[in-house]
Amino acid sequence: MIGLSHYLTVAAILFTLGVLGIFINRKNVIVILMSVELILLAVNINLVAFSTHLNDITGQVFALFVLTVAAAEAAIGLAILVVFFRNRGSIAVEDVSMMKG
Amino acid sequence: MTAAHSVLPTLAPLLPELILSVGVLVLILYGAFRGERSVEGVNVGALLLLVLAFFVVVTQPAGMKVTTLSGAFISDAFSRVMKGLVLLGSAATILLSRDYFQRERIDRFEFPVLILLCTIGMMVMASANDLIALYLGLELQSLAAYVIAAFHRDDLKSTEAGLKYFVLGALSSGMLLYGASLVYGFTGTVSFPGIVSALHGDPGFGIVLGIVFVAAGVAFKMSAVPFHMWTPDVYEGSPTPVTAFFASAPKMAAVAMTVRLFIGAFPDVTAIWQQIIIFIAIASMALGSFAAIGQRNIKRLMAYSSIGNIGYALIGLAAGSEEGVRGVVIYMIIYLAMTLGAFAVILSLRRRNEMFETIDDLSGLSRTHPVLAFCLAAMMFSLAGIPPLAGFFAKFYVFAAAIKAGLVALAVIGVVTSVVGAYYYLRIVKVMYFDEARAPYEAMAPGLRIVLAISSVVVILFWLLPAPLVGAAGAAAKSLF
Repeated sequence: MIGLSHYLTVAAILFTLGVLGIFINRKNVIVILMSVELILLAVNINLVAFSTHLNDITGQVFALFVLTVAAAEAAIGLAILVVFFRNRGSIAVEDVSMMKG
Repeated sequence: MTAAHSVLPTLAPLLPELILSVGVLVLILYGAFRGERSVEGVNVGALLLLVLAFFVVVTQPAGMKVTTLSGAFISDAFSRVMKGLVLLGSAATILLSRDYFQRERIDRFEFPVLILLCTIGMMVMASANDLIALYLGLELQSLAAYVIAAFHRDDLKSTEAGLKYFVLGALSSGMLLYGASLVYGFTGTVSFPGIVSALHGDPGFGIVLGIVFVAAGVAFKMSAVPFHMWTPDVYEGSPTPVTAFFASAPKMAAVAMTVRLFIGAFPDVTAIWQQIIIFIAIASMALGSFAAIGQRNIKRLMAYSSIGNIGYALIGLAAGSEEGVRGVVIYMIIYLAMTLGAFAVILSLRRRNEMFETIDDLSGLSRTHPVLAFCLAAMMFSLAGIPPLAGFFAKFYVFAAAIKAGLVALAVIGVVTSVVGAYYYLRIVKVMYFDEARAPYEAMAPGLRIVLAISSVVVILFWLLPAPLVGAAGAAAKSLF
């Protein structure tokens, strides 16, 4: 029987993979965008699982909002990436380093 | 008719947001039809909308505390004060940006439109009374902010700032959301009053984990240590008026959101989040003081200064009392004036289309531009916390609240780090007054003059008439308890 804890475990694993993907990845900014999507989907799994478990619709409404915002976020992220590529000629992570902080 | 009436939420508390939302759509259409010729009109229109919204916010009845949209949106004294600050910060940004953008030839009508969208998001953040509204306000603010960081789209530094801000901002939104999903799952509700009544006695591990993730997300938005790493790069790379914006209005909204979240949703589990806030406050104050010492670039210096200042403001939140929240609000009011004043001076360091951004460029400013140097010196003395300037009172109120709440060690660390921080603020004064004079800069643009005059008056003369600001902050704090 698959219960709430299984869903939460899957979501936690996906979330961790997403965070690791952002920090370990040294190759390509597109991979970072994919990792961000992974994080948001992990959140959605959490929300929908809780929503079903609690028998409360709010979590699913929240998940729909998250999906909508994630789409807008991806659009803006890609737009900024295109502008950056025009100036730098590369989207490798180690090239995003004009300023050191 | 009665059915429709019962379905439709009360819209009166939303009036300032509605004015801006409808206004921004009109401005987009105007800009789209008139093209590049519309820049002047859109800027003036945006400024008028912000001023109008500001007056609507301050004239809302003082004691009013209403929720609408099924409890997702609250309008109380706290949200009104913070919205007023946000609107002032945004209006000042538009005044500061005109001259700079014209000279840099990036004078496009999208900028005021994006500032307005960002402002709407910030106002929702200040008024959010459940996790969904909080998330939507935060994302509206952040998405607009990512774009304006990269607004100078032919400039490598600006686009790099936008990219860094986006990547780290998206990560922090993800953490905040993950925390929000856990809080929802373990309390069964997203509304702040609902969370309060669901949390009794010993909260489970899920709640603690949720609060930690949410705290990480909001710490990023406030640029508090250990989630500050984006701040110096984004501040340095963005066009200077955008940096002024990031240092002013979004900070107000992020602090408002944090205070309402912790005081409004988790008042009975103070022990969990208090340690987190104390750690963040100490780390931010220490990093803000020590890391700024070696900086040559004024924008980077202001970035570290803003990290440190958030640390001081969080001392008030760590106290967790009404007095502490009052201290936070006073701190943010005065911080807004100091930051905008300092950036008005930085933006006026210009000679024939060349901007100067290093501390050495301030050398001998007192001989070439005595008024400018005096105003910047006042801002620096105030940031260092020297009486009778406003910055001293800002720190005084948060330290007093911390001591009253028994957090003596935190207050002592705050005093020590502000002494360390005084070193780099006073070095700027020394460079301006005692170093060799350089060639004079061009005359200030009118927008810069207005912002600098108003913020100098607030900073220098705060001690004469503190009652209105302190009273407003007191009413704001009272509405949360």
